[in-house]
Amino acid sequence: MTSGENTAARKLPGSLETNRRLDRWLRVNRDGTVTVFPGKVEIGQGILTVLVQIVAEELDLALERVRLAPADTSRSPNEGITSGSRSIQESGMALRYAAAEVRDLLMQRAAVKLGVSLEQLTAADGVIAARGGGSLTYGELADDDLLAREATAEVAPKAAAQHAVVGTAVPRLDIPAKVAGVPSYVQDLELPGMLHGRIVRPPGYSGRLTALDAAEVQAMPGVVAVVRDGNFIAVVAGREEQAIRAQRRLARISQWEEQSALPENSDPRYLLDCVAIAEVISEKTGETAASGAISELEAEYTRPHIAHASIGPSCAVAQFTDGQYTVWTHSQGIFPLRGDLAKVLGVDEKSITVIHAEGAGCYGHNGADDVALDAVLLARAVPGRPVRVQWMREDEFAWEPYGSAMVVRMRAALGADGRIASWSHDVWSHGHSTRPGGKGGVNLLAGWHLAQPLRPAAPGNPPLPAGGSHRNAIPLYDFPQQHVTNHLVSEAPLRVSALRSLGAHVNVFAIESFMDELAIAAGADPVEFRLRHMKDARARAVIEAVAAKAGWKPREQGDGMRGRGIGFSRYKNLGCYVAVITEVEVENEVRVRRAWAAIDAGQAINPDGIVNQTEGGITQTISWTLKERIDFDRQRVTTRTWQDYPILTFAEAPEIEVTLINRPDQPPLGAGEGAQGPTGAAIANAIFNALGVRMRDMPFTRDRLVAAMI
Amino acid sequence: MALTITVNGTPREITADAETPLLYVLRNDLQLKGARFGCGAGQCGSCMVIVDGKAVQSCDVPVSAVAGKSVITIENLGSVERPHPLQQAFIDEQAAQCGYCVSGIIMTAKALLDVNPEPGEHEIRAALAQNLCRCGTHARILRAIRRAAEKMRAAT
Repeated sequence: MTSGENTAARKLPGSLETNRRLDRWLRVNRDGTVTVFPGKVEIGQGILTVLVQIVAEELDLALERVRLAPADTSRSPNEGITSGSRSIQESGMALRYAAAEVRDLLMQRAAVKLGVSLEQLTAADGVIAARGGGSLTYGELADDDLLAREATAEVAPKAAAQHAVVGTAVPRLDIPAKVAGVPSYVQDLELPGMLHGRIVRPPGYSGRLTALDAAEVQAMPGVVAVVRDGNFIAVVAGREEQAIRAQRRLARISQWEEQSALPENSDPRYLLDCVAIAEVISEKTGETAASGAISELEAEYTRPHIAHASIGPSCAVAQFTDGQYTVWTHSQGIFPLRGDLAKVLGVDEKSITVIHAEGAGCYGHNGADDVALDAVLLARAVPGRPVRVQWMREDEFAWEPYGSAMVVRMRAALGADGRIASWSHDVWSHGHSTRPGGKGGVNLLAGWHLAQPLRPAAPGNPPLPAGGSHRNAIPLYDFPQQHVTNHLVSEAPLRVSALRSLGAHVNVFAIESFMDELAIAAGADPVEFRLRHMKDARARAVIEAVAAKAGWKPREQGDGMRGRGIGFSRYKNLGCYVAVITEVEVENEVRVRRAWAAIDAGQAINPDGIVNQTEGGITQTISWTLKERIDFDRQRVTTRTWQDYPILTFAEAPEIEVTLINRPDQPPLGAGEGAQGPTGAAIANAIFNALGVRMRDMPFTRDRLVAAMI
Repeated sequence: MALTITVNGTPREITADAETPLLYVLRNDLQLKGARFGCGAGQCGSCMVIVDGKAVQSCDVPVSAVAGKSVITIENLGSVERPHPLQQAFIDEQAAQCGYCVSGIIMTAKALLDVNPEPGEHEIRAALAQNLCRCGTHARILRAIRRAAEKMRAAT
């Protein structure tokens, strides 16, 4: 059999649909190991360990015999972007079916070679044995032809009850090397003859270079090249500290002209005055049981622009040799990046190879793709020499695409029966995706600064049901009447793109804060009030589980200093279910002391991975919600250092208990972004429970708290 | 200029300007990649090493300032095959997500446990004042350090 057969339109699971060849995904090696070629990448979420578990399970192979190949445009399946908590559903399901089919092919070949029927064979750790004697290893059975065919997905993977590796807390494969300080990241890559590059960005978005005499920089020790192309200026030097010194000198002597184009201040309400496209995304006009509302409530909730703020500034290494570009990058989408690089360079995609190497956690679209273009542009200036570029901390804060500022206005009527009779949700935001691969432009920073500038593609939103700015804007609760409108502000004064959970953080913050306000107006307990409006059994289960774990008491009251609050959502309304309770202590400022969560992500492939992601999501969201805001004046982003942008510290970190509701017979739902929305609201609700003060504008800083209490 | 510095117990001759931050000498001259660049301003702890017993941010120290002193990096603690009790505790607690900050945090913890084998919760958190973690792995990292402290005390 060869490829080309079975091209019927039968839909295959996950990313098998778009990458149908088995040998795109798996290779059986002569030594009995199996190499996995995932198109999804590790961004600190532990996905690669999970994919190895899935393959080991279906192939009846020890974990130690499974190898991982880095994602590489010359070899790997094209799985688009690693984002949206979709890796298990897309890559994991593809590999599950591909591995089951490969095992079946190996069994069939073994049956022929051993001259027995399939029923007489068993497979254990890569050895297929016949009951009556005789055995062959996978390595002995496989050759290049075996997997050179399209997947059929007709071999059923194991049932959950048969799983021995899937569903267990296999330790992360990458952690032993990382805690030993072994080179693990693109930042650690060292190639022979490697040079170091640094970029001098304009002082602000509107900056245009008016004067630069680079001769004195060219003469600095170690400087190999000063690159200037329009408003893009950069240095290449032999040593890293030499490149940094040259960058600083270049920044000092360059002169720029700037416009005052940014909003007056960081208050997100500027969005309300912008031109917006309004789209009604949910409308329900059912009968309400109660005659006449007893009360109507309105509230407005906001979040400013916030940063991904990766601990490791973005980095890439590139080389240009004999007309071929190679770039090592921590991009979340090596294929879309290659497409945009080709547009900037004006070359065919075939002349560019993009290879993934891990970076620090990114939490969405940060500078990873941009620095890949920076490195490629500098490599082109010094052919044959690899160039490593790492952004400085100031570059990362000033130039990464932020999570958009958002404003949500809620309105609801409460019936005499204590139920919500009507509900309205209006959200104002910029689009939440400007990743590479967008249509009609190039989404790589340096491309906009070149003498022949490329235009960025317009910010967009992933479509519903997942959504972008409108992600989780439609409530999962059961209301007879509802009206949800997305007001999309296309023109963004600050650069924005996908930040972990996209609009869900703010939409759920608004919905779940407002549910609390309504519960209080109805004189109801907030947990019971949620259950009163919720039919979805799995949603009810996480709410009930977290309340039980936290020992929630009906109508419990804070004591003027401490209080607790709850938040819930089903991520994207189609992913994992998460409920969070936080306990806050408010003295001079708000401190989250403890948090409890319950999560149902369907089948848990690696339970500890889900718990780790949920703990991390809660902790990061506490930081977003209490502390974070990008600041700017009319010309420039003024947030440049960790002093300007404090994040949660070890002194402030809470204890967290996560309850996992595993449903082995349900499809896995992804777990990377479920906690963000519920946590933000749980904090606001806990503050109200403690003090009777309602915080609606993030971040809940000391100044805001004092202002709200007066 | 030529300088001799003692890293992980071995004198090493290097050629670099006196004001070169120690971090770049460790990473690029000595190929010790465990200390990582995070901010270049001593604000995040990704580049933490131990100099004469004290946790120090190597991005913020000129290499000439450590001449005649003892510099210890994460590579000197243990290896994948033979991890130091602190490294083992981080594995046991699965106390990492992206892991970029972790080698710096382990070095801070090592400096703490060397002088205070029985730190209280407050002391551990205070010692980590210079270390940032963005993935939100704080609770696990604190557990790992407590676990390591217990194991190291039991072993002595």
